[in-house]
Amino acid sequence: MPFAGVVTIAVIVLIVLALVVFLVGTILQLQKITNGLDEVIASVGEIVAKSAPVNDVVNDINANLDAGVDLLEGLLVKKAGMGDAVGLVDGLYPGAAAAGFRAFPESGEVSPPRIGEVYTRGTLTLARLGREAPIAAATPAGPVLRAVEYGSLNARMLYPDGRQARPEKLPRSPVIGTDSPEQYEQREDIGQPRKRMRSA
Amino acid sequence: MTLWWIGNVVLVVVLVVVIVLLSGVLKAATSIVPSVRAIAGTAAAGSKDLDATALLLTTQEQVQQTVAVVANYGGSLDVILDDAEER
Repeated sequence: MPFAGVVTIAVIVLIVLALVVFLVGTILQLQKITNGLDEVIASVGEIVAKSAPVNDVVNDINANLDAGVDLLEGLLVKKAGMGDAVGLVDGLYPGAAAAGFRAFPESGEVSPPRIGEVYTRGTLTLARLGREAPIAAATPAGPVLRAVEYGSLNARMLYPDGRQARPEKLPRSPVIGTDSPEQYEQREDIGQPRKRMRSA
Repeated sequence: MTLWWIGNVVLVVVLVVVIVLLSGVLKAATSIVPSVRAIAGTAAAGSKDLDATALLLTTQEQVQQTVAVVANYGGSLDVILDDAEER
């Protein structure tokens, strides 16, 4: 065989070897990629399955919250009036009056009354019931009233004395106890020696 | 014979070209593997993060109950309290 034939065979063998080496390496890497993509697909499937009901649930939650907000805003405006309602909200959340109520677009144009201004009876009642209405706040930026037990008293204390309809603290009348004016079950044998049974 | 040698030269050139091309393919395939592994890890972590979405059903139920209670309170307040006076 001539030398050129030997060279030809050697080059062909080298080409085949190169093809085998690189293609086998590529196949191994592609197998790793396939395995990795299988893991990705499994995880993405879990994500899709877990996130599928989220949209409906969140929309339902938002719908319920919207209904609640509309209800409370409507009740507040109905009972306190637009001006005082805006003042209440602005007192609780300073600056919130600019946004106004969602169900009442005109509420954004209402200038909220300042804290300390005399409110209507409905607002005062709301303040007493809510225990934290801005009517009991010292300043718009300060903390609102949060005294649960004495919220009504504290709210009334903000008004002049002439507006108070009753004394701050009524005298207590002892009804029960040893110093009560009326003692029940007045028995003569209390404090006396105990009676003994005669022996047979 | 001359043509044979020319053919051998062509074969050598083909060998070089094959090596260069397949080397590039292998390098590209090798570089994809870490990216795929990173994506798989991220997807698994994202799936784990969504485990809490089941609690949204509890939140949904609680919100419904809360809004129902608020509606009941609102109805009672609507009866108890006077409406604001018209100014």
